[in-house]
Amino acid sequence: MSQPHDLFHLWVYLAASPLLWLTVTIGVYLLAQRLSALSGYNPLVNPVLISIVTIVLLLLGTHTDYRVYFAGAQFVHFTLGPATVALGVPLYRNRHLVRQAALPILAALLVGAPTAMLSAVWIASALGAPLPLKLALIPKSVTAGIAMGIARQIGGDPTLTAVFVISTGIIGAIAVTPLMNALGIRDYAARGFAAGLASHGIGTARAFQVSDVAGAFAGLAMALNGLMTAVVAPLILALIHP
Amino acid sequence: MLQGFFVLLACQLFGEALALGLSLPIPGPVLGIMLLVLYLFARRRPSGPDAADHESPLGLAADGLLRHLGLLFVPAGVGIVQSFHLVLTYGAAVVVALIGSTLITLVVTVFVFRLVSRGVSGSAAA
Repeated sequence: MSQPHDLFHLWVYLAASPLLWLTVTIGVYLLAQRLSALSGYNPLVNPVLISIVTIVLLLLGTHTDYRVYFAGAQFVHFTLGPATVALGVPLYRNRHLVRQAALPILAALLVGAPTAMLSAVWIASALGAPLPLKLALIPKSVTAGIAMGIARQIGGDPTLTAVFVISTGIIGAIAVTPLMNALGIRDYAARGFAAGLASHGIGTARAFQVSDVAGAFAGLAMALNGLMTAVVAPLILALIHP
Repeated sequence: MLQGFFVLLACQLFGEALALGLSLPIPGPVLGIMLLVLYLFARRRPSGPDAADHESPLGLAADGLLRHLGLLFVPAGVGIVQSFHLVLTYGAAVVVALIGSTLITLVVTVFVFRLVSRGVSGSAAA
């Protein structure tokens, strides 16, 4: 029988190693994914949201600092880079569909990307948010790795941007299916493109749950919006902060 | 699979290096996607297996990563524990801005996509 004392030593040892929080991150996500599957992929049962809430509660409950958590979770975080690059594969596989839809893609990107930035800034302004908050909001529809770079470039706080990016992704992933159904849109290329543009990788992950075509267009939108936002964000900055 | 993972990392590395080295306004990962697509076109053969096939090393690596794309956002999302005070201070404004802007962006984007898409197929039929 192990005594509480030994358990405490075990905890001290494990808590200091990256292994614990890496395993917890993957384990919690697998459970959240199973819940999502059990719900029939109900958009409200979002695996990313469930995982984040669960792990935040675990960290608060065990008084674990985020830096200690991240020492383990960084291995998962790192693969965000190669995973973003991997979007080139579904893009290439669906090149015929993409070529056919080149005009709608270009038009939706040219209108959608500035809409994502300006609408957030305007709503926040109307509610009296201070400038640093608005700066961090500008790249909120772009995938985390790219958005943090844009925030740094325009003088926003990258950590704050990361939080806004993840929140936007979860909101988009939850809202897209009921919203598009309510609007009566059955074109999965258009639905996927909107999901990827408005809510980047988390919206793309949701789109892949719904259909492969939606996933490919979401991935495309996410990549194009990363590019578009990086180019346009300085102009938006000049507009709100002359 | 390992070979596929290598190709992804190499594209990311060259993308980041190009973006930094030439101080391009294009983010490194986006350049990485472009390099990967160029690589796939360069390796295309008129017949036989394609480098992006589901069974190819690159196909396996990409499918594996993209199937669990959501997981990769969890560590950054947990970072919210560090920003509780900011979120609490401006909670309402931020929440309304994020929800409102995401819904507006979804509707505007899908609307423009459908509008132009119908216009294109309409003029093709005419």
